[in-house]
Amino acid sequence: MVEFRYRTDEVTEQPSVTLDAFLDQSNATAVRLEPDDDARALIPFLDRLTLIEVAFPKYRDGRGYSSARILREAGYKGELRAQGDVLVDQIAFMRRCGFDSFAPEASLNPDAVQKALSTYDHVYQNAADSAVPIWKLRHG
Amino acid sequence: MYKYDHYDQAVVDARVAEFRDQVNRRIAGEITEDQFKPLRLMNGLYLQLHAYMLRVAIPYGTLDSRQMRMLAHIARKYDRDYGHFTTRQNIQYNWIKLEECADLLEELASVEMHAIQTSGNCIRNISSDQYAGAAADEIADPRPWAELLRQWSTFHPEFSYLPRKFKIAVVASPEDRAAMRLHDIGLELVRQDGALGARVFVGGGMGRTPMIAPEINPFVKADDLLSYIEACLRVYNRYGRRGNIYKARIKILVHEIGADEYRRQVAEEFAHVKTLGIDPPLAELERISAFFAPPAFEATQAEPDRSDPDFAVWLDQNVKPHKQVGYAIVNISLKPIGGIPGDATSAQIDVMADLAETYSFDELRVTHAQNIVLPHVAKRDLYAVWQGLRDAELANANLDLISDIIACPGLDYCSLANARSIPVAQKIATRFADLDRQRDLGELKLKISGCINACGHHHAGHIGILGVDRKGVENYQLTFGGSGAEDVSIGKIIGPGFDEDGVVDAVEKATEVYKTLREGNERFLDTYRRVGLEPFKEAIYG
Repeated sequence: MVEFRYRTDEVTEQPSVTLDAFLDQSNATAVRLEPDDDARALIPFLDRLTLIEVAFPKYRDGRGYSSARILREAGYKGELRAQGDVLVDQIAFMRRCGFDSFAPEASLNPDAVQKALSTYDHVYQNAADSAVPIWKLRHG
Repeated sequence: MYKYDHYDQAVVDARVAEFRDQVNRRIAGEITEDQFKPLRLMNGLYLQLHAYMLRVAIPYGTLDSRQMRMLAHIARKYDRDYGHFTTRQNIQYNWIKLEECADLLEELASVEMHAIQTSGNCIRNISSDQYAGAAADEIADPRPWAELLRQWSTFHPEFSYLPRKFKIAVVASPEDRAAMRLHDIGLELVRQDGALGARVFVGGGMGRTPMIAPEINPFVKADDLLSYIEACLRVYNRYGRRGNIYKARIKILVHEIGADEYRRQVAEEFAHVKTLGIDPPLAELERISAFFAPPAFEATQAEPDRSDPDFAVWLDQNVKPHKQVGYAIVNISLKPIGGIPGDATSAQIDVMADLAETYSFDELRVTHAQNIVLPHVAKRDLYAVWQGLRDAELANANLDLISDIIACPGLDYCSLANARSIPVAQKIATRFADLDRQRDLGELKLKISGCINACGHHHAGHIGILGVDRKGVENYQLTFGGSGAEDVSIGKIIGPGFDEDGVVDAVEKATEVYKTLREGNERFLDTYRRVGLEPFKEAIYG
């Protein structure tokens, strides 16, 4: 269940299909990526997708962070959802990688999430969000 | 020395507040130990055999006197009056109370220090040459590059849950003093057409499956560096093996797909990543470099008076040439005979801080061999420095000799260890306590790990010792022929293992074989490489 969503558009009603199923019959608009799926396989279809759900079966498995960035760097503008073993202290990293909705398996406290997202005023590196890296602030 | 600006300080301060909140949630029982584990592990806090252990980052091993004094203060106030300098150029405290941890970090932050990414499956403290800025053979100071990487890697959103921990080293001399090619990524600064860039090695490491990193790119320009490293990491994060922690390091990926295929994938990724604008302008590297400008050396030609024989021995063994005329590099050995390698009391840490402030332009370094360096000492001051060290029992004249042992904490502290390391180090050092005998044996790098994770770098030891558990009994395997220097190699197991006393005897026999067979100025390592294992094996097992 989506607990946190940082988008204003309508939630897509269509259930997501696996990457293999999508590549077989590609009229679906929602896809689910497992950690070992290659996010690049979706690049030709990004403009007709409204939801890409990235699975995190274990919080330790960080492949989904790279999947998210690859999709955003390829221009994907739809909903990018982190689903599974998503912990409060990961949400800030996930937001920076381009995730804009979260469906954690174990429910998270909204105050704690808000706090986690506002802990750091500055970041050191460019990522998929709009945060300006410190080096750019230094050099204008 | 790099100085934080308000951005750097804000990041570290925010981290202290965040960690304080996490600890409070744990103490209040709002989160379980299982849930707390990934949080504390992102901040260098380990639950060890007896207590929490906190690892404090010393970026590229460089610190000033104020920071060094803070390390002493922390040992005094929060620990049992000592600290342990590590092979990652960091310091560990073994007896930390969870409820005091945030206060400790706040004190560290007040002197621009932290424990960020000193553990966890993320990019760890960037290591470098302990002689940076002082070595006669360096083409540039590698530390600005290390600082650039420190900032880029701090809370990197994509690379904080890698398959395994990730270690990067930067050197800039032909002589490798940082075991560069035994890192996940090793960078060697080189010049091409007048411009400084990095030769990139990827996929080295020790642990269960030691590997020497192959060269992946002969020259990456300064303003492409972060994009290129980001590409290296992304390929690893996507394809590195998970599920089996022993196969999850990048060395396994590079080995399995081959250096050529890895290089190809990185090149492809780099072509894309380079378009994202993640490289800061060269002005940022220049800004950082300005902090590492050489200190205000004086014109001095004075040579030290060698008439005190103990001083002369120390001078010959522990003092190294400096690039500036009239100056020298002082190595402080933290390896007293019978002591714990890398340990220093708070009083000793304060003495080293004072000496650095008075005689070394306020700078100290931590070495991967668990010693301390005063990088810029005028030769006329060497005797005074030596006297200060001697009075604090820090004038051990055994740098790079057989008693200058690298050892992990082992089963005395570490929850991963299979065997004790410290008592073996103590016994070997005691056996070879006679300094003339050690000096006769010459450079002999002996390294001890208490388990297969190889934190004591045994694979890179001219003589390496690996402690294993054999049916509930501590057993020690002996390896010969490793090196972490520019002649990098992985040691080979010589035969069946020994008990604690047996391994000390075997080491002694090996040194006797070496003394019989050595030619000219050969080191133990050179003789071993020339004659092979057989004569040693015969003496030890025969």
